[in-house]
Amino acid sequence: MDQGGPLTCMALVELVTDYLEGALPPAEVGRFEAHLASCPHCGVYLAQMRLAIQALGRLPADALPAEAMNTLVQHFRDWTRR
Amino acid sequence: MICRVPMARPTAPEDERALIDALRRRDEAAFAELVRRYAGPMLRLARMYARSAAVAEEVVQEAWLGVLQGIERFEARSSFKTWLFRILVNRARTRAEREARTIPFSSVGIENPGGVEEPAVPVERFRPAGDPVAPFHWGAPPRSWGASPEEQLLSQETMDVVARAIVALAPGQREVVTLRDVEGWTAQEVCNVLDISDSNQRVLLHRGRSRVRAALERHLDPG
Repeated sequence: MDQGGPLTCMALVELVTDYLEGALPPAEVGRFEAHLASCPHCGVYLAQMRLAIQALGRLPADALPAEAMNTLVQHFRDWTRR
Repeated sequence: MICRVPMARPTAPEDERALIDALRRRDEAAFAELVRRYAGPMLRLARMYARSAAVAEEVVQEAWLGVLQGIERFEARSSFKTWLFRILVNRARTRAEREARTIPFSSVGIENPGGVEEPAVPVERFRPAGDPVAPFHWGAPPRSWGASPEEQLLSQETMDVVARAIVALAPGQREVVTLRDVEGWTAQEVCNVLDISDSNQRVLLHRGRSRVRAALERHLDPG
């Protein structure tokens, strides 16, 4: 990959997670943001990655069925008697 | 209270140490509270390894029995959550291996041993190397998902797309994406529970998230 020059779109999409995680070195952050400033397509791409993360965070929680919960409490009572 | 980690749901309540002390004293209410707090995420993780919801529930139960057996030895200085989920992952993997499932659980983090990169976006969507105008820039760029994508994302249909996209991920990606983005864990917690390096965690997260984005794109912008 080219070092130091402007980022290509193909290179940018592979850096999105490092960017969002704060794992890019400062110089790379500069290249990343310089590319974003001039490339609306990559702006859309980054926004979509953020939306994907948001969507993942909205999946409904699982819950242990009441029956399984009761079994666990029973196991707990057996354990306290030991 | 200031939330230092955006996106993360509350994970380490201050009262947890008190609950664990109470559990050591065999306090049933403390046990029930800890189960209530963690059984949902445990079930979700267990389902990744189990062939049925019933098996996943059994694995969660086994993990809690492991907690009761080990609570005396648990070091209060370490994170209860990490300890708990390590027990769960161990039980789930052991159980899955016993049931001769073919998913290579031991391969978490080394799913690309040959170093062949799985690109976030298919190379065909970029201009080729010899392009006279802008090589490696978008040829088929992503299009905006409408004026209010947040609303679309909330629809049941879209949620189903996301859920199916997770199921379709390679095991390591699925584990990391689920814990980080669905459960809201920190990178450090995920590394501790899955025994992977931070950079490995990021690679798995990147590939997994990229695939979820691609699935959403196919759904919201079928072209």
